[in-house]
Amino acid sequence: MDPNLRREILLDHYQHPVGHGLKDEKGYIKINTNNESCIDNLDIMYKIKDGIIEDICFDGEACAISTSATSIMIQSLIGKNKEEAKKILDNYEAMLDERPFDQELLGELNVYDEIYKQPNRKKCALLPFESLRKIIDQL
Amino acid sequence: MNREDFEILNQEEKLIYFDNSATTLKPKQVVDSVVDYYTKYTANAHRGDYDNSLKVDMEYEGVRDKVQKLLHNRSRKEIVFTSGATASLNMIVFGFMKYQLKEGDEVLLTKAEHASNILPWVTLAKEIGIIIRYIPLENHLVTVENVEKMITPNTKVISIAHVTNVLGDERPITEIGELCSKNEIYFVVDGSQSVPHMTVDVEKQNIDFLAFSAHKMLGPTGVGVLYGKEELLERLEPTSLGGGMNASFDSEGEIEYKALPSRLEAGTPNIAGVIGLGSAIDYLLSIGFDRIHDHELELKKYAVEALEKIPNIILYNKELENGMIAFNIDGVFSQDTAVYLNHYHICVRAGNHCAKILKEDLQVKNTCRISFYLYNTKEEIDELIRVLKNSEDIFKVVL
Ligand SMILES: Cc1ncc(COP(=O)(O)O)c(C=O)c1O
Repeated sequence: MDPNLRREILLDHYQHPVGHGLKDEKGYIKINTNNESCIDNLDIMYKIKDGIIEDICFDGEACAISTSATSIMIQSLIGKNKEEAKKILDNYEAMLDERPFDQELLGELNVYDEIYKQPNRKKCALLPFESLRKIIDQL
Repeated sequence: MNREDFEILNQEEKLIYFDNSATTLKPKQVVDSVVDYYTKYTANAHRGDYDNSLKVDMEYEGVRDKVQKLLHNRSRKEIVFTSGATASLNMIVFGFMKYQLKEGDEVLLTKAEHASNILPWVTLAKEIGIIIRYIPLENHLVTVENVEKMITPNTKVISIAHVTNVLGDERPITEIGELCSKNEIYFVVDGSQSVPHMTVDVEKQNIDFLAFSAHKMLGPTGVGVLYGKEELLERLEPTSLGGGMNASFDSEGEIEYKALPSRLEAGTPNIAGVIGLGSAIDYLLSIGFDRIHDHELELKKYAVEALEKIPNIILYNKELENGMIAFNIDGVFSQDTAVYLNHYHICVRAGNHCAKILKEDLQVKNTCRISFYLYNTKEEIDELIRVLKNSEDIFKVVL
């Protein structure tokens, strides 16, 4: 991916994240996700209905990579069922681990395709997806 | 000062190391003393009758005298080598307090303590029902008045850092020590951030227990000190049992412990580490803490003056007299700032500095922390300022 385009997408999601702000409504499952650097701290809320991710929102303090990854994850997951969400998760992890993955399936998440070069930031990119792993069996 | 002794600072790729509260760089003298032990006279301590073993004994035990000189305490028996400040604090809590305290006794801490001075207490509270109370902070600082107000007839322990690792504020240790001795309160001091930078006098300051790590004072990792007044250490139950600490035992389960300090040093100790600590102490004392402290203050003053002129820099502790600066770039998450600075080989720490509950008091949760030591220079600060002034392209660098 062109580095300028990548940066533009990342910055846009960081500064105007999708799903920003927690909702004070019933039917959401809230997950707090703290990464091992003991610094990023996000609350992510999932609304699940009939096996479909109907909505996701989040709030908290986190770096540009974690925040943008949360935003793009939300954008990618809304409307997906368990199988689809699982596929995205598996392929995303494969990408971060430099294993073969389905580029088309990941859409904008491809902006993290070179994050493996910065091992200390890989954790940041994975952070929101840890919450997905925790709820995926409830789908 | 003394930069020529630090090989890491003299590499082709220049390194600006501003994370001295986390750990410090090591001078050649310290590294050499460790290497000498491993290459010239390796042997176990307290065991053999051959030359090298005796030499190890002399070197190892000699470091106890050096620590005693550093802390101004009464007896070398009061110096116990541990794996670090964390281990020392755990020994105090689970080897001493666990047996001396009872349900309802109160322990005073602050929310600005390091996890190593909170989690053992919280766990002991669950075990035996002691009560933890937090001394309210005045503008993030501990005042003698607030300590005094918190003392009740049930207060049995005050356990605080001499200098915190978050803002680097120095607590009025001497006055609090007086309050403790007047009220028969055990005074536990976490010296991790003070012993490396200033003169500590455990007698004058009425300190009952002191914990610190070698690696924050030019020494090796994995070694530290537990100081305790002799009559208290006598009552500290070993939390680790094994070789080197028993005088005798039989199959009936009768164990007789050795005298202090061996009783509290089970197993083969970190001999190389202790020897390295010894040369770190020699090194620091030969420069003198007054000079080190003055140097740090001068660097901070110089840096703050320049940082204040950069409009989007927020400073959190500029008025404190120490060698630490907590800051953020307005609107930028601290970790992104640290990654940005790393791009220019400037090492700072981002985060909440293991003082997780402080954020309940401090409005900001995360900051970047710069902490100076003797080898830092004004030229390094100039480079930091140059990079921070150009931070409008920060996301070009970090993304
Ligand atoms: C104030 C304070 N206490 C305790 C510790 C723990 O030291 P160590 O990790 O060496 O045991 C630190 C180190 O970060 C500290 O800054």
